[in-house]
Amino acid sequence: MQNHHLGSSLSLFTGTDLVCFRGGRTVFAGLGFALSPGEALMLRGPNGSGKSSLLRLMAGLGQPLEGALTWSDESIANDPEAHNARLHYIGHADPVKPVLTVTENLRFWATLRPGFGNGEDAIASALEKLGIGHLADVPGRFLSAGQKRRVNLARILAAPASLWLLDEPQTALDRAAEKNLKDAIADHRAGGGMVAISSHAENSLANARELDINQFRADSP
Amino acid sequence: MNGFLAIVRRDLRLAFRQGLDSLMVVAFFVIAVVLFPFGVGPQPNTLARIAPGVIWVAALLASMLSLERLFQTDYEDGSLELLALQPVALEITVMAKVTVHWLTTGLPLIVAAPLLGVLMNLPEDGYMPLMIALTLGTPTLSLIGAIGAALILGSRRGGILLSLLVLPLYIPVLIFGVSAVDVVIGGFSAKPQLLILSGLLVGALPLCPWAGAAAVRQGLE
Repeated sequence: MQNHHLGSSLSLFTGTDLVCFRGGRTVFAGLGFALSPGEALMLRGPNGSGKSSLLRLMAGLGQPLEGALTWSDESIANDPEAHNARLHYIGHADPVKPVLTVTENLRFWATLRPGFGNGEDAIASALEKLGIGHLADVPGRFLSAGQKRRVNLARILAAPASLWLLDEPQTALDRAAEKNLKDAIADHRAGGGMVAISSHAENSLANARELDINQFRADSP
Repeated sequence: MNGFLAIVRRDLRLAFRQGLDSLMVVAFFVIAVVLFPFGVGPQPNTLARIAPGVIWVAALLASMLSLERLFQTDYEDGSLELLALQPVALEITVMAKVTVHWLTTGLPLIVAAPLLGVLMNLPEDGYMPLMIALTLGTPTLSLIGAIGAALILGSRRGGILLSLLVLPLYIPVLIFGVSAVDVVIGGFSAKPQLLILSGLLVGALPLCPWAGAAAVRQGLE
């Protein structure tokens, strides 16, 4: 199930000379990064420095003003659906529909992914890994913010993808869930997966590369 | 195709669980038409004369009523962003949403139309062309409406803006839909009008999902 990308010794997913222009100002310029299988990239920087913008560019939601994002030396804009098939994105919102049960929510997202056959077991085990197995049949409207976040995280565990883009995934999580998340990321990396994660938390992931976005801040006009 | 069906199934389930939306659309349709006998007086001849136009205008407004939420709820809870990041072409996603919109509003309107024909004293010959014209016309309304619904993403007071964007584009469907009924009552064949309505539908079918997807992409940036 897990994608292994061991062929190239070079980095698989790279960005070079990225310029991000949003809301009438240049957020960052000249930013570059490189990710190889098994690696993690921690995005650091104060509020508004462009961590979320960078993750959105990595996901293909919007284009950089300048610069290139490539996967195996091919621009991700050439085939957005192929890029979508290999990434999971966690944004600020947790898309959990209030009238659907947790399992129904997860099943919907999982059926849109390639290679998701009879995945009821995958959903159940994803819920267990995040400690919310008991919520499987609970409608989304009864969940707390932290529980919704856990459901959203279970979504990316239920169907495999090699690149995880996580925008402050610890939001609303308690200690136990943070631990679960860390374990999940470690598992993902051990299987050859890649993670780009923005976070304000002090403690970082093991062997993660850090990228301080603030140093690419464009001079304000 | 799997993605299309998965989205249709999920949106239908959401529509049924959230319950009364499509019932309210039909109720609006009925009430709007019922207002006319009160307004113009109950003379059977007058009502029969204006029946096709009144039924069509009411159907058009009713169909527009539920358009605002076509993408809005998914936009607000982050689902739309995530739908755009699935390995399903965004055009397919938009098409699935249009299909569900038609199933939950267009189809009930067609079912309710004969009842309103009786109320408006529609001549007997007019029922068949009215039903056929509505069957050909309402999908076009949903398709065109999707562009407007996507364009208003992220704007406040989107509902009014939506009607300004979409209603002018509905005029051709209205003209030929009403005319199809009128000519049959007048003793002629409605074939040209129905062919034009089919033509509009065939034209809208590829163009509107494409334009709607482009507008959604713009809204998500």
